[in-house]
Amino acid sequence: MACVSAAEPERQQKIRSWMGHFRLVKCSPGSFDACSGSCRVSLRTDAVRKMTVHNLYIFDRNGSCLHYSEWNRKKQAGISKEEEFKLMYGMLFSIRSFISKMSPLDMKDGFLAFQTSRYKLHYYETPTGIKLVMNTDLGVPNCRDTLQQIYSTLYVEYIVKNPLCVLGESLQSDLFSSKLDSFIRALPFFSVRAA
Amino acid sequence: MSRQSNRATDSKKMNSELFTLTYGALVTQLCKDYENDEEVNKQLDKMGYNIGVRLIEDFLARSSVGRCHDFRETADVIAKVAFKMYLGITPSVTNWSPAGDEFSLILESNPLVDFVELPDNHSNLVYSSLLCGVLRGALEMVQMAVDVRFAQDTLRGDNVTEIRMKFIKRIEENLPVGDE
Repeated sequence: MACVSAAEPERQQKIRSWMGHFRLVKCSPGSFDACSGSCRVSLRTDAVRKMTVHNLYIFDRNGSCLHYSEWNRKKQAGISKEEEFKLMYGMLFSIRSFISKMSPLDMKDGFLAFQTSRYKLHYYETPTGIKLVMNTDLGVPNCRDTLQQIYSTLYVEYIVKNPLCVLGESLQSDLFSSKLDSFIRALPFFSVRAA
Repeated sequence: MSRQSNRATDSKKMNSELFTLTYGALVTQLCKDYENDEEVNKQLDKMGYNIGVRLIEDFLARSSVGRCHDFRETADVIAKVAFKMYLGITPSVTNWSPAGDEFSLILESNPLVDFVELPDNHSNLVYSSLLCGVLRGALEMVQMAVDVRFAQDTLRGDNVTEIRMKFIKRIEENLPVGDE
């Protein structure tokens, strides 16, 4: 991780050539920052750019929202939470069937993610119909393995294996919520303040 | 070195014995509670179903098996991955029906029935009914409705244990009905 001031052209050249190896660079104003995966270089003169997770939804196979947490959500949807969950689930259902219909080749994994100019929505679905949806900012590359890890180390361990947790209803386990929270906060691409 | 390996195999044997004895105690208690073999079979199947519904999630988390494309692939995954993971045995998949929707799992040994003999007054008891329920529940969670039953049982005098599985239909996922 390197931080280079804009006033050293030779070093800038060197940094540029090894940009691809860098993940996240914390910079002071007026210097380079870089993200691996896209090798974008931008000169920021004002606010620093940090990567972050905005929120996470977990749905079951019937469309009920089992869990929702948010960390860095600046703008609400303007509708009630139930309507928001239904909207999200309905969108996922429609996108998945659209994708499988319109795919010009044989489907492999199906819907993975979509991205706008401000955020990226990552999606992971298990064969049992458990759907994990995570909104992050644009700097985060593919995080399907993160979602798969959340499923296998958190959902399966703390919910499925807990006989007192009723499947199919909104999850009431404090242990699960706190473990999920610490897991997300420990992710390399999580930072508390979004850009 | 050999002492370490003895301890490892000993602890494995201990676990499977504890499991076998626990299952036996469960069946015995059910027999005392219900006193009717058919009812006990049903209860075991129901308990197996509840286990299967959760077990499939653990299975998917631990193995990296994705969605199966057809019933044959499902049969292979059940026999070679799932049974091996949970019971330590690998049954063979045979006796496919011409339509490809029914097959048999032949178990050479069944860890649930170690040390077990069925007494004469419980001739209708299908001792390992739990397994049928587990398979049924697990497959239902991956959108497959199946019918599972024991075709042969070593406790009833047959040479091998044979589980017959029949595919009934694919369970389609429905969009949840809106309130408005």
